Amino acid sequence: MAHRPRLAVWKFASCDGCQLTMLDCEDELLAVADALEIANFREASSAVVEGPYDLSLVEGSITTPEDAGRIREVRAQSRTLVTIGACATAGGIQALRNFGNVEEFQRVVYARPDFISTLATSTAIRDHVPVDFELRGCPISKVQLLEVVSAFLTRRAPNVPTESVCIECKRRGNVCVVVARGTPCLGPVTQTGCGAICPAYHRGCYGCFGPMDSPNTDSLIRNLGYLGMPPEDIRRVFRTYNAGAPAFRAAGDSVGGKETGR
Amino acid sequence: MTERTIAVDYLARVEGEGSLHVKLEDGRVDHVELRIFEPPRFFEAFLRGRMYTEAPDITARICGICPVAYQMSAVHAMEQAYGISVRGALRELRRLFYCGEWIESHALHVYLLHTPDFLGYPDAVRMAKDDPETVKRGLALKKAGNALMQLLGGREIHPINVRVGGFYRVPSVEELESLRPTLESALEIAEETVHFASGLPFPDAEEDYEFVALQHPDEYAMNEGDIVSSRGLRVPVSRFDEAFERAPVAYTHALQSVRKGGTPYLVGALARYALNGPRLSARAKSIAREVGLEPVVRNPFRSILVRGIEMVYACEEALRIISAYRPPESAWVEPAGTFHGGVGAAATEAPRGLLYHRYRLAADGTIETAEIVAPTAQNQKRIEEDVRHVVERSLALDDAHLTDLCERAIRNHDPCISCAAHFLHMEVERT
Repeated sequence: MAHRPRLAVWKFASCDGCQLTMLDCEDELLAVADALEIANFREASSAVVEGPYDLSLVEGSITTPEDAGRIREVRAQSRTLVTIGACATAGGIQALRNFGNVEEFQRVVYARPDFISTLATSTAIRDHVPVDFELRGCPISKVQLLEVVSAFLTRRAPNVPTESVCIECKRRGNVCVVVARGTPCLGPVTQTGCGAICPAYHRGCYGCFGPMDSPNTDSLIRNLGYLGMPPEDIRRVFRTYNAGAPAFRAAGDSVGGKETGR
Repeated sequence: MTERTIAVDYLARVEGEGSLHVKLEDGRVDHVELRIFEPPRFFEAFLRGRMYTEAPDITARICGICPVAYQMSAVHAMEQAYGISVRGALRELRRLFYCGEWIESHALHVYLLHTPDFLGYPDAVRMAKDDPETVKRGLALKKAGNALMQLLGGREIHPINVRVGGFYRVPSVEELESLRPTLESALEIAEETVHFASGLPFPDAEEDYEFVALQHPDEYAMNEGDIVSSRGLRVPVSRFDEAFERAPVAYTHALQSVRKGGTPYLVGALARYALNGPRLSARAKSIAREVGLEPVVRNPFRSILVRGIEMVYACEEALRIISAYRPPESAWVEPAGTFHGGVGAAATEAPRGLLYHRYRLAADGTIETAEIVAPTAQNQKRIEEDVRHVVERSLALDDAHLTDLCERAIRNHDPCISCAAHFLHMEVERT
């Protein structure tokens, strides 16, 4: 193949789990590597081909002044830029600093905070550069990642639904954990894609794919209250892996009760 | 005075972002700095004010490569604080879950990250062009580990089924039995892996490590045991702070762990094998003998063999647990009595080594303080020693080959930089 598109995988503040998802495609990895030239993927290869790149997958959030500059360089070298995972699309769990005081955080974690350079916030990639597609999840789904790569190769839009986890949960034939067990669940406001695994394991959804398209969080907050969740707990469930996603941020901020700061 | 610098700006085939800087003056190693520039994410700070029940899922997000380890250390620490004892089938299921992560993580390192070093490839994908069968074998083994994590955890990365006291849902006998053929074939592949790895060309090295690992009287420790070292240390996990200390260093975002008194130590597969080798299964021991693996491995390049042995063991152990499994009456154990607040500490054996968690909890179950010590933060200083010795032995090499060897010396320990920074970038400076 003369002109295989060049793939680059970039990391910002993150756990590496979303790029590991690519290596977790055990049955498809070698086929992906046939279709795309793995030109820059440091976690998997020490060979680096210079840009520009046809497809860049970006993992992680922007938390340092250096990274705020680096993402602009990545964008400049990338024809198509796809962000992967809750860190890149919403700031990740580390966006909890946005609700606290980062200088105080540094003192708590590091005895010599002066050795650390960091920003006061953890922000999504699209807050810094234009993004061509955002793939949600903490972590992303293997199936959706392969769909995004296939769509890129065939020059079509990725088929990644933005409906709620509830729809997928019904299709899977799960018994509703809210109705049957009274278990608080973020499924009604969370974007599908995980396979509705939490309810399938008798657990309420905890929102790791972030808000669905047009979520009715006000209604869900009332229902979580009926199920007996104290306001502090309701605020905490919105302030986890997608705390920086606008709809979840607003939902958490809207809940009354004692403000714990996190 | 002649200076020589060896630098690796961005270490490849490790998890996370780090660099190496080595400075030589008149042919002597002046200093070695393993720099972790992974941005800090402040987990210990934002865990404050969260419920104790949230720690397993939140701390899993420190590392996408070993989330099970974080979940296991977190739940054991919380259970210690609450006085919950998890026994019987639930305890065995946790061990089974950990076997899945050991198989997946070791297969990833052995085949995708470490083997290319010995055979001169930049990665496994390019290696697969010449030798597809070896890479496919590794991927099949990795997939078997993932299958275990998927069944028990709901998904491979950041599993959703772990809770303080046990699981949200426990598998049926039939669900576990469905994995038997996959694990039987994985056991065969793991054995082939050890034989394959025994044929690789190993550079000479002999390191004088102080090995540190959990030790359990009856089993190859994963979730429970005392912390022991090859130099006579033996403390319960609750006294971790008496044995180890951590220091901030200007060139790295990770705190460096040392033994009290300042000496470096090593955790991980080499340490577990050296300290707990007699507790391996008969089959794992016999394969180790067949390939001539010494009872204590001090050549870090040979760690690939030890990971292979641990995969053999983990596959066997998984099959043993599945054969004996009877579902527990309840999927989890609830805390008993009124909680008045308190401290819980636990350590478990992540694939990369000892992972320590300690929490102080308020009476309402919220976290007041959290302390997490990751395996790579503990190994950081000892890895620098390995690099120093590699450079001292190999001064005649040109910069490119010396740099390559230094990177390999780091990769030997499967560092996870994402964990350590909660780690790497290399420069060799020659004066």
